[in-house]
Amino acid sequence: MSNLTEIRWHGRGGQGAKTAALLLADVAFQTGKYVQGFPEYGPERMGAPITAYNRISDTQIRVHSNIYDPQYVVVVDESLLETVDVTKGLKKDGAILVNTERAKEEIIPHLKGYEGKVYTIDAKKVSLATMGKYFPNTPLLAAIVKVAGIMDEDIFLKEMEASFKHKFASKPEVIEGNMAALKMAMQEVQ
Amino acid sequence: MGKRERLSGNEAVAIALRQINPDVFPAFPITPSTEIPQYFASFVANGQVDTEFITVESEHSSMSATIGASAAGARALTATSSCGLAYMWEELYIAASNRLPLALALVNRALSGPININCDHSDSMGARDAGWIQIYAENNQEAYDNMIQAFRISEHKDVRLPIMICQDGFITSHAVENIELLEDDVVKNFVGEYEPENYLLNPKEKMAVGPYAITDYYMEAKRNQAEGMKNAVAVVKEVAKEFAGISGREYGLFEEYCMEDAETAVVMIGSAAGTTKDAIDALRAKGEKVGLIKIRLYRPFPAEEIAEALKNVKAVAIMDRAEGYTNHGGPLGSDVMAAMFRARSQAHAVNYIYGLGGRDVRVEDMEKVFAQLNQIVADDDAGETYRYLGIRE
Repeated sequence: MSNLTEIRWHGRGGQGAKTAALLLADVAFQTGKYVQGFPEYGPERMGAPITAYNRISDTQIRVHSNIYDPQYVVVVDESLLETVDVTKGLKKDGAILVNTERAKEEIIPHLKGYEGKVYTIDAKKVSLATMGKYFPNTPLLAAIVKVAGIMDEDIFLKEMEASFKHKFASKPEVIEGNMAALKMAMQEVQ
Repeated sequence: MGKRERLSGNEAVAIALRQINPDVFPAFPITPSTEIPQYFASFVANGQVDTEFITVESEHSSMSATIGASAAGARALTATSSCGLAYMWEELYIAASNRLPLALALVNRALSGPININCDHSDSMGARDAGWIQIYAENNQEAYDNMIQAFRISEHKDVRLPIMICQDGFITSHAVENIELLEDDVVKNFVGEYEPENYLLNPKEKMAVGPYAITDYYMEAKRNQAEGMKNAVAVVKEVAKEFAGISGREYGLFEEYCMEDAETAVVMIGSAAGTTKDAIDALRAKGEKVGLIKIRLYRPFPAEEIAEALKNVKAVAIMDRAEGYTNHGGPLGSDVMAAMFRARSQAHAVNYIYGLGGRDVRVEDMEKVFAQLNQIVADDDAGETYRYLGIRE
């Protein structure tokens, strides 16, 4: 499997980590890739840690196991840094993206000596500024697309706009905010 | 011809059902199958189907209502998982013994306890002797394709038996993957109109459904049921051949992967077969002659065909995603070993229990199974034939 990208998402039930993984699979599919987006559930309750996964490849994907050695990890809820080994198996030449208000320097000590690249984004700030409510997955989706270089940014934005128009057909007023969130997230990720 | 999409296994099955547009769909939710009636309810609300969608109060009732509708002459189905299937138990036998060609979209999930929502095959394996045809899928594409073929098999006049279309809970039901859908009219033409020969709502011919049979008749009734099961094998192949004509996708009773010159082989059911194919490719690159038989049709069980496919292997590992509590392995292990014994196979055979309650199966796990098969061949001794994969002892 050449050009296989594997991503692991850590979130809590109800925060949209699964939705973000499915959205990423969706947009990568639109650019002609083979994709997988799937959740791994623990107990069925709000707030429980959940993991979601993406595989994105140029060739058909047959494997149906979880991902143990991802190139990229996205942490949707930074409180998980204390309870979940989020960098486990994460490749050194990959990267971790953490949703936090704090500076990168404050996050690094919590990553158990991870030697690869560390990115942060304040998804709350982006979300409140553009959508007026806290939906972390839209900014995180844009941020990981940029960090992992999954596709051309203009193509990504174009595909997402089409996707939002379909998804929010009954409430088109939210499309603008979501698009603004994607664009701002791409600027804000560091 | 088809339309490229990306869908979860549940959504794919729901779309197949929209294209089939059945007469009656009684539904009761249970994880991880809930999304199937959930998506279907939106098709009903949007007027995309004219199905009678009945929300009932339990799985016992959903299967009862499906049976009632089917007996009346309707094309009917329901969906469930795990304890929902367990709650349908007595109805499963009633559907089969009344020769009702209804369908069940089953999303495989472990049975309690401990309570667990994830995949294994203990639910459908427990129902393997209920007289239902059982067909399993590796991925969302197969779940969709199998659902489209379901009614053609179950309604065939030589079969007339209920059919269970199974896929792995969460692993395929909730995973979004690439898929190719058929056009609505192509599916509609393929499935065709249901024209039952005998049905309750036929005023011209009165009939009884579900009668009492005294000892003098009961055994002949069961023997006749077995005849439908015997005929199902040829019908499954015939329908698959016709399906290949509209889709380009070929199915048989089971899939053989790299079996031509295989010296060791794995026999398994469901999504872990895809993972096993990756393990096989990696081992083949190192020159190892390894192969896979992935069961599609589990009931009726294609025993002779499987024994034939295994005739040249030196050692085989049969993988069960369900415990049988026999002290010697699981249900697939028993079936395959019996088939090999009847074919006077000299190959070594071991039976692994794996993946219970969603325990993950990695490419490395399957490479280990093949390494152990190599050891068995080298020792010319199977050793312990009842094994567990990926267990903490």
